[in-house]
Amino acid sequence: MTTEYKLRMGDGKRIFMTKEQIVADLKEGMADAADLGSIPDLSADEIDKLVDIITMPSRMVGVEQGMEVPVTHDIGTIRIDGDQGNSGVGIPSSRLVGAMMHERAFGADTMELGHIDYSYKPAKPVIAQEMQTMEICQQNMIVPLLYGAMPNMGLYYTPDGPFENPGDLMKAFKIDEARQSMEHSAEHLTRDIVWIMQKMMASGSDGVNFDTIGAAGDGDMYASLHAIEALRKQFPDIYIEAGMAGELMLGMHGELEYDGTTLAGLWPHEQAPLVAKAGANVFGPVVNTNTSKSAAWNLGRAVTFIKAAVEASTLPCHVNMGMGVGGIPMLETPTIDAVSRASKAMVEIAGVDGI
Amino acid sequence: MGMPISHIMTSGMSGIRAAGDLVARMEFAKGMRIGEAKDYVAKKLDVTTDDLSDEYVMRELREELGIGVITSVAGAPKGIAAKMNIEKLLDLKINSCEKFRGQIA
Repeated sequence: MTTEYKLRMGDGKRIFMTKEQIVADLKEGMADAADLGSIPDLSADEIDKLVDIITMPSRMVGVEQGMEVPVTHDIGTIRIDGDQGNSGVGIPSSRLVGAMMHERAFGADTMELGHIDYSYKPAKPVIAQEMQTMEICQQNMIVPLLYGAMPNMGLYYTPDGPFENPGDLMKAFKIDEARQSMEHSAEHLTRDIVWIMQKMMASGSDGVNFDTIGAAGDGDMYASLHAIEALRKQFPDIYIEAGMAGELMLGMHGELEYDGTTLAGLWPHEQAPLVAKAGANVFGPVVNTNTSKSAAWNLGRAVTFIKAAVEASTLPCHVNMGMGVGGIPMLETPTIDAVSRASKAMVEIAGVDGI
Repeated sequence: MGMPISHIMTSGMSGIRAAGDLVARMEFAKGMRIGEAKDYVAKKLDVTTDDLSDEYVMRELREELGIGVITSVAGAPKGIAAKMNIEKLLDLKINSCEKFRGQIA
């Protein structure tokens, strides 16, 4: 009788696969990444190691001793007190309590403070409270504590913001007007990020985590890179983590460039040099999870993409491994067996500097 | 909630239980890759890079150096006081410590 191993689908559901099926899915996922990104395949040894990790009988696996890496966080303290139907667990507590719980109860290497709406723009009206919370947290915390938020350029479009929605303009074939709206929004987004971080640095923040750069497409990345550049110039010692929203930079505008490179269509290994050029300290590459494929397919694909990004980057790479990225299943309570296997594979095969 | 803890248990350096905060600080402060950051911190602490994730080694060492421990120790440097000692240990400036110094006469 053929041995079958317990795996997960990309949506987290339990499945059973033979070793031959696992190898086939790993190679198919790897080939997809290699083809899309024009990057090298994994070696035969690396495929074998991935098979070993996936088929380990333990519920939870871990990296080899000595290979541990620092872990950074998005959403940060909000996962403790957040209670709005996302990944927060709704424990009534202050953000200081959440930060200290991560440091002293969970053994977090770093932490971040964020606003409950977790974008830069909505932090503006409550900046005085953000500043004082940062001060209080910094007085009590030892691990590096960043201020984190999403650039989220979509908030600058109607009906949420002042600029006409490019989606509506494009539907009316007003392409130039749509591009202008994105360019104006990008200018405002850059200005807002820099202003907020000026306030947070005045309050003792170690730095900033850009969470989900490019979620609104290439304009979002354009604005974020210019904000990083301005912040590095103004604060030479600021810690800057540049985390991406997705594996491929969507060309909503299509013609925006940074340092002579068109942003639309960039894969993680092509994003890395631009993030470094702008002045970030840490790059957070992303590979999306396909919920209709197995964990083997997703992990083969994600490790192939991230290994290429780590090699192309001059910065430490902290791969994004939240729900639905980096080979992690797409659900709010990702299974420990899948998370630990993906985590181990990223450290031991892709060679990431952190998670 | 279980996802970040799973990562910490699988791959993390255990923060101030060991020396994860110090290695992370060097990645951020100097843009060091993981190997370089571990080598730098290990040299400053006079331990091996493996020791940086070893709670047995780091528990006592952190208390000796006054750089913060995970359990409550009366009289031991905590928060910003521990970070001021980390500044000296790692030979870098920490923004919150700079701001704190700027506020005292």
